[in-house]
Amino acid sequence: MKPFLSVENLTQRYPDGAGGELTVFEDATFGVEKGEFVVILGHSGCGKSTIMNILAGLSDPTSGVVIMDGTEVKGPSLDRGVVFQNYSLLPWLSTLKNVTFGVSARHPEWSKAQVIEHSTKYLAMVGLEGDVIHRKPSQLSGGMRQRVSIARAFANHPKLLLLDEPFGALDALTRGTIQDELLKIWGGTEQTVFMITHDIDEAILLADRILLMTNGPYARVAESVEITIPRPRNRTEIIEHPNYYAIRNHLVTFLGKRSKEMAGQQTGEGSNRPTPVRIDKTEPEEPEQAPPALRAVNE
Amino acid sequence: MPISSLNFRAAILSLTLLIVGLLIWEAAIPAQKAVGELTEYELLTGGGQPKAGVPPPSQVIAKAWEQLSDPFYDAGPNDKGIGIQIGYSIYRVLVGYALAAIIAIPLGFLIGMSPLAYKALNPFIQVLRPISPLAWMPLALFVIQDSEASAIFVIFICSIWPMLINTAFGVAGVREDWVNVARTHELNPLKTAFTVILPAAAPTILTGMRISIGIAWLVIVAAEMLVGGTGIGYYVWNEWNNLDLTSVIFSILMIGVVGMGLDAALGFVQRAVSYAE
Ligand SMILES: Nc1ncnc2c1ncn2[C@@H]1O[C@H](COP(=O)(O)OP(=O)(O)OP(=O)(O)O)[C@@H](O)[C@H]1O
Ligand SMILES: [Mg+2]
Repeated sequence: MKPFLSVENLTQRYPDGAGGELTVFEDATFGVEKGEFVVILGHSGCGKSTIMNILAGLSDPTSGVVIMDGTEVKGPSLDRGVVFQNYSLLPWLSTLKNVTFGVSARHPEWSKAQVIEHSTKYLAMVGLEGDVIHRKPSQLSGGMRQRVSIARAFANHPKLLLLDEPFGALDALTRGTIQDELLKIWGGTEQTVFMITHDIDEAILLADRILLMTNGPYARVAESVEITIPRPRNRTEIIEHPNYYAIRNHLVTFLGKRSKEMAGQQTGEGSNRPTPVRIDKTEPEEPEQAPPALRAVNE
Repeated sequence: MPISSLNFRAAILSLTLLIVGLLIWEAAIPAQKAVGELTEYELLTGGGQPKAGVPPPSQVIAKAWEQLSDPFYDAGPNDKGIGIQIGYSIYRVLVGYALAAIIAIPLGFLIGMSPLAYKALNPFIQVLRPISPLAWMPLALFVIQDSEASAIFVIFICSIWPMLINTAFGVAGVREDWVNVARTHELNPLKTAFTVILPAAAPTILTGMRISIGIAWLVIVAAEMLVGGTGIGYYVWNEWNNLDLTSVIFSILMIGVVGMGLDAALGFVQRAVSYAE
């Protein structure tokens, strides 16, 4: 049984400008289950955005396939909503119209009033109500703009929501508030989310599972770390959970050291699926829970 | 308005410059000598002919008053009110300009969207664009056989280039992110063109349209001097042949005022479609 989203042997090469070829990543293979929140972490330039654009259908890989819900991804679709790092709001439309733009594309049969009602509801969910929704994006703060972009994506109920560093341009405080809002809306849906971030704490707060990428070229999705912290999570409380620092240390070590050591390393045929990692300090009775292969990787 | 405001001070300065300029002009024109005071030599050389010199501003203002109080009189082919003459010119400019826009904007879209169309059409544009619109006049008169239509054609050919080039430039420069928004919402090409690309490129397109209307208004005066009959260009030329310099100066001012009005109208539309990122 295939997972809801199945990425199989994805390879991306670009001409390197000197007549040769640059392989960004090769044979990336992983899956995402329905309703799962998956975050991908990796150093700048390892190919995260490239993967996301392929999942969105905005660009084609050199080889490999993406299968969602049994059908191959070919070109962009309303079933895959995207929140871009730079918000990508249309600056000549008001906040509300930016959302109705998406809603009426999704539901062409709806009446104008229905579209507006639905859009207003989703804007209210991200805390945008009243006069603000008639302002142009240029009159909003960065955080408000990103909220609009999130409302636009959620209002369409895509089967898969793709977020490319959605909070990258925001200050730490705003980032925190919007993370909470994202968790709140996501909690009420069965939305499958695939998100890119640079921020380890953000990843732990939001994700069910974190995919770790090694450095490029020849980057790989090396590990899949399960976040064994129960939901609902809350930024101030999760740091007290016994698993928090264990997971965090694992991620920091990976990004700080091992992503470099493993870079460009070929693991041989067929072993390109990420190694599953489960760290759980709340199960003290079974100290040898992690598979031996994993322990070797951990050292 | 506070006295210190920049606009207020600028208005005072403009007014002062105007008055000083007019006074210098008035003072610089020697008073017309009465015929009795002319020397024999002056009489022989025709120096005594009335109103052969540059008129003082007071005369121009009197003329303006006379003309503007009855702008639409029509007393035969060589004697029409300034309003009628300007009306003819505006009509030709708008027809030629509208035809140019109908062709330039869709074609500019195509060139902007398709690198192939850009490469294929660019050589033609580069050769045709620098041609003075008046150079087309003889060919237009010969082929079209109608002076009215030829004038419109000249306006058409001179206003098409800035609109075409700016549209292509604006469309090609639409941020890829916005196009991606359209793509992820599965908009069809027509819908993408109208709801994303057109609004995104509109400020650049309007800049081209504004340049075009300015050029068209410059060219119509010259074109009407050539084809004759009606229009403000013809009027200027006709008054020069009548040696009525007062009317010439008055119509020059009117050309300026109408040109300013046309530009302001497009400037208004340009502000309406512009957006801040
Ligand atoms: N169109 C392209 N042509 C050539 N090389 C490209 C192209 N797009 C991306 N690359 C290369 O692919 C690599 C991965 O780029 P990508 O944008 O996916 O990185 P990223 O992981 O998203 O980085 P960041 O975290 O900085 O956003 C980079 O080395 C980049 O130079
Ligand atoms: Mg990126």
